[in-house]
Amino acid sequence: MTAVPRPPDHPDAALRAEALESLLLERGLIDLNVVDGLISRYENDVGPMNGARVIAKAWTDADYRQRLLADGTAAIGELGYSGPQGEHIEVLENSDKVHNVVVCTLCSCYPWPVLGLPPSWYKDPAYRARIVREPRRVLAEMGLALDDEVEIRVWDSSSEVRYLVLPERPDGTSDMSEENLAALVTRDAMVGVARVAPP
Amino acid sequence: MGGTQGWGAPTIPADEPVFAEPWEAKAFAYGALSARLSGQNLDAMRHAIDRQHPYDYLVDGYYGRWLACVETMLVDSGVLAPGAVVARARKLRGEDVAEPDEPTLHRPDYQPTAAGSIRQIDAEPRFAVGDRVRAKAHAHAGHTRLPRYTRGHIGTVAEIHPAQVLPDTNAHFIAENAQHVYAVAFDSKELWGDDADPFTLTIDMYDDYLEPIE
Repeated sequence: MTAVPRPPDHPDAALRAEALESLLLERGLIDLNVVDGLISRYENDVGPMNGARVIAKAWTDADYRQRLLADGTAAIGELGYSGPQGEHIEVLENSDKVHNVVVCTLCSCYPWPVLGLPPSWYKDPAYRARIVREPRRVLAEMGLALDDEVEIRVWDSSSEVRYLVLPERPDGTSDMSEENLAALVTRDAMVGVARVAPP
Repeated sequence: MGGTQGWGAPTIPADEPVFAEPWEAKAFAYGALSARLSGQNLDAMRHAIDRQHPYDYLVDGYYGRWLACVETMLVDSGVLAPGAVVARARKLRGEDVAEPDEPTLHRPDYQPTAAGSIRQIDAEPRFAVGDRVRAKAHAHAGHTRLPRYTRGHIGTVAEIHPAQVLPDTNAHFIAENAQHVYAVAFDSKELWGDDADPFTLTIDMYDDYLEPIE
């Protein structure tokens, strides 16, 4: 590889972001209200709580579950979730026999409308590189030990299709409301690197 | 990156904020607006990331890459001059630097035929579910979504997805080239050899990436 490409006094990312913003403002190309609105939307409104509602509904409503597995985008849209990085969402059902796990080795494609922006581990080269080569080991390192009999399916999101994992409903939750079930569902379970723990 | 080794174990931090630093939020917002600001598209954005120096790619991290690709797209479209961002950044920290002259705007001569990447096409899919296919062994220069670790390997069509614009040509504003996309399942031993753990790797492949097995 050639030498490190930037001089030692290269302005850091924070300063370059500020510089970029000042240049765009000066040219009248951006409205800071739009920029702040976008940031606030992904900090507050679009996140794994959306996906958790989808999963909890699928656990409690057999018809919905069927629609979700047949046409994820439409069933997710029924709950009002759509938008960028959600043009076509396919839902993968985990069971005691099959475990699905999702990655994007090329960048970090992720189903934003249901999970929000990707967490650091999903963007980490360690995850992106290794989950397609030694998934059982990587999942164990991340705290999910799977029995040898469980079939592992890894999905590399290389087109505009996005994948959401439908985790198994934990035992001991038969009396719980959809709302309380949603509170159990984690982001990591919806990517496939964890199970949903019983309450 | 897929399949490369030596990265160590991924770790899951507890209570991670959406943006670790305020500048990451800005990089995200400008990345989200980059296609509109530059007159380009999502595939061109990804290609702007492809073109980063490998050292910067790794050191900058995810939002650092977004920040850099926005700058590349704006420079490529003549919205900003090369070096304008760094010059402004130096000025902001008090250095006495000259800023480059305004460039001539030259956004690509390109209009998407619809929003997003999914398109309706008339052609019948070339492959059916269950067909065995080979991922092409070589990628051309420029942008592609055909990962190295799949090239030359044989898999089975598992699903036919909605047709989509081809990133390889769309990123360069040559054509949308909308085509069928298939989920193709590969056996881990086909990809990584007989010692590999048993699992199935399924990946989306654009029609152009595949060859039939005679």
